[in-house]
Amino acid sequence: MSFALRDAGCEVIYLGLRSTPTEMMTVALEEDVDVIGASILSGAHLPIASDLIAERSLHRLEHVPVVVGGIVPPRDVERLLEMGVDEVFPAGTAIADVVKRITALADSRQERP
Amino acid sequence: MSETAQDPTTASGIPIARLYTAADLGDPAALDERIGAPGQPPFTRGPYAEMYRQRLWTMRQYAGYGSAEDTNQRFHYLLGQGQTALSVAFDLPTQLGLDSSAPAARAEVGRVGVAIDTADDMAELFEGLPLGDLSVNFTINATAPIILAFYLVAAERQGADRSQLAGTLQNDILKEFVARKTFIFPPEPSMRLAGDVVEFCTSEVPRFNPISITGYHAREAGCNTVQELAFTMSDAIAYAELLVDRGLSFDAFAPRFSFHFATTLEIFEEVAKLRAARRLWAQIARDRFGATNPEAMRLRFFSGCSGATLTAQQPLNNVVRSTIQCLGAVLGGAQSIHVMGYDEAMAIPTDEAVTLALRTQQIVAHETGVADTVDPLAGSYFVEALTDELEARATELIGVIDGLGGAVPAIEAGVPQRWIAESAYRSEIAVANLTAVKVGVNAHVEEAEATELRLFELDEMARDRQLARLDRHFAGRDDVSDALAALSRAAMSGQNVMEPLIEAARRGATLGELSDVFRKAFGTHREPSLW
Repeated sequence: MSFALRDAGCEVIYLGLRSTPTEMMTVALEEDVDVIGASILSGAHLPIASDLIAERSLHRLEHVPVVVGGIVPPRDVERLLEMGVDEVFPAGTAIADVVKRITALADSRQERP
Repeated sequence: MSETAQDPTTASGIPIARLYTAADLGDPAALDERIGAPGQPPFTRGPYAEMYRQRLWTMRQYAGYGSAEDTNQRFHYLLGQGQTALSVAFDLPTQLGLDSSAPAARAEVGRVGVAIDTADDMAELFEGLPLGDLSVNFTINATAPIILAFYLVAAERQGADRSQLAGTLQNDILKEFVARKTFIFPPEPSMRLAGDVVEFCTSEVPRFNPISITGYHAREAGCNTVQELAFTMSDAIAYAELLVDRGLSFDAFAPRFSFHFATTLEIFEEVAKLRAARRLWAQIARDRFGATNPEAMRLRFFSGCSGATLTAQQPLNNVVRSTIQCLGAVLGGAQSIHVMGYDEAMAIPTDEAVTLALRTQQIVAHETGVADTVDPLAGSYFVEALTDELEARATELIGVIDGLGGAVPAIEAGVPQRWIAESAYRSEIAVANLTAVKVGVNAHVEEAEATELRLFELDEMARDRQLARLDRHFAGRDDVSDALAALSRAAMSGQNVMEPLIEAARRGATLGELSDVFRKAFGTHREPSLW
């Protein structure tokens, strides 16, 4: 995913496996990122996304979109969006589609004053 | 040979000719020597003379979720459906040395496998299942010594003798650093723990495979067949060198080495790979380690087929994919097989999907006739040529890894990790630009998916039950600090950790406590950022 985003001209700060929501938001704040993304394969996407959204508020980063990808059953996509996740990329999403939707989120963020 | 300007290639980039003939195999006498007879070095044609005529492969569906009690029910169910052995999936906290009560474990308890915190949990997992008669596989690595200790205590409580126990502990930490990623400690002490397990089992649990050297996860993460072969062999060499350096005899420990490969849908390349793997290991055993015991040269393997080839789109297509993979593993001479559930691109499998996966194995075993003769593809111009080519390419790559100082330094430098990432990205691009066809994904796409699957939903109360159980455990046990101190002394001194671990497990020490002893002694590993 990092390779594909870099090929599309994005700067990617990859934190590696098993980063906690707190670590992610700390880096997001320090680096002033445009989009925050998490890949979750274990089925724990609902509680982790809930932590991500809560940590985002704690870090006052509500203006930065959060995206989640991974092994997400169709029934959970809506639940994640309702929680406040901006985009969900379940297994099977074309990589070009992921790049397009993430860059669109980044562009819309940059347009804001 | 080919009539097209550009030959098609296998996924690992080997060009495929239009037609293969005897000319591709070279001198017939040399070919006879390369393939030999089944059950004899170099074992190209199979590890046993009779293969499936004498005994079918072991049907071993990987299973685990929720608490020990939940998974115990699925084990009973699977055995009731005709499965012939068990394979335990552990949740991430268990794999990472965290008790279910640890803050970092919160979201993950019982999700990708069963939560095991204590020897009591292990005993509960096998309630009503006679461990003296069953073969059990454990997909566990960083905490493998602890899980083995729990298992030995559970068996002890059933009255089963250590010497009777059969099964496999994955215990392959190198591929965790490369691909699977549930490491805890730095590479060197991790290797030492893996070595302690093999050393202990060689004398104490002689029917048990104390390590399963695994190319599967690197392959699933995106490497090709040549890399899968080379990583597996280089890792096996690293473990064997460690044990030989301890003064152990290769001929004594290597017969219990087990291996684990993927089988994807490219059936001829997979069969050729599995045949080449046996030949490679026989040569490595003989030439590098001076093996004289044929059993020490004999590669036995499990195939987990391939989850990465399954698609979330048109999921019933995965039944077909899994069937072909299972057939490939059988034609390649597997000793045991797991077939993926068709719903595994979306969730852990339902009972229905697991049953169908088991039925797939049973149909391949009993209705196709494929088990009636040994190595039926031997002598095929194409398969033999591909076997030779894969062997040659893997040998070259093993040489490259040797040149980096072997598997451990190569992994510390992040080299295999980078190769995998590059290969995975190339495969993604091939699907994206339609050079590789994936039915339902980039071809024959259905706008409205016809099938709405009923997916597995974890009982979210399982975690609460496990936490309550752990609370009761802490309240009901005596002080374990001297047992933990004894383990700590062994860890620091270099003494084999297994006996003190077993004693601490008997006394009720938890997985988190035991892992903490090792964390203190060895430190923890954080992956360097490679990209």
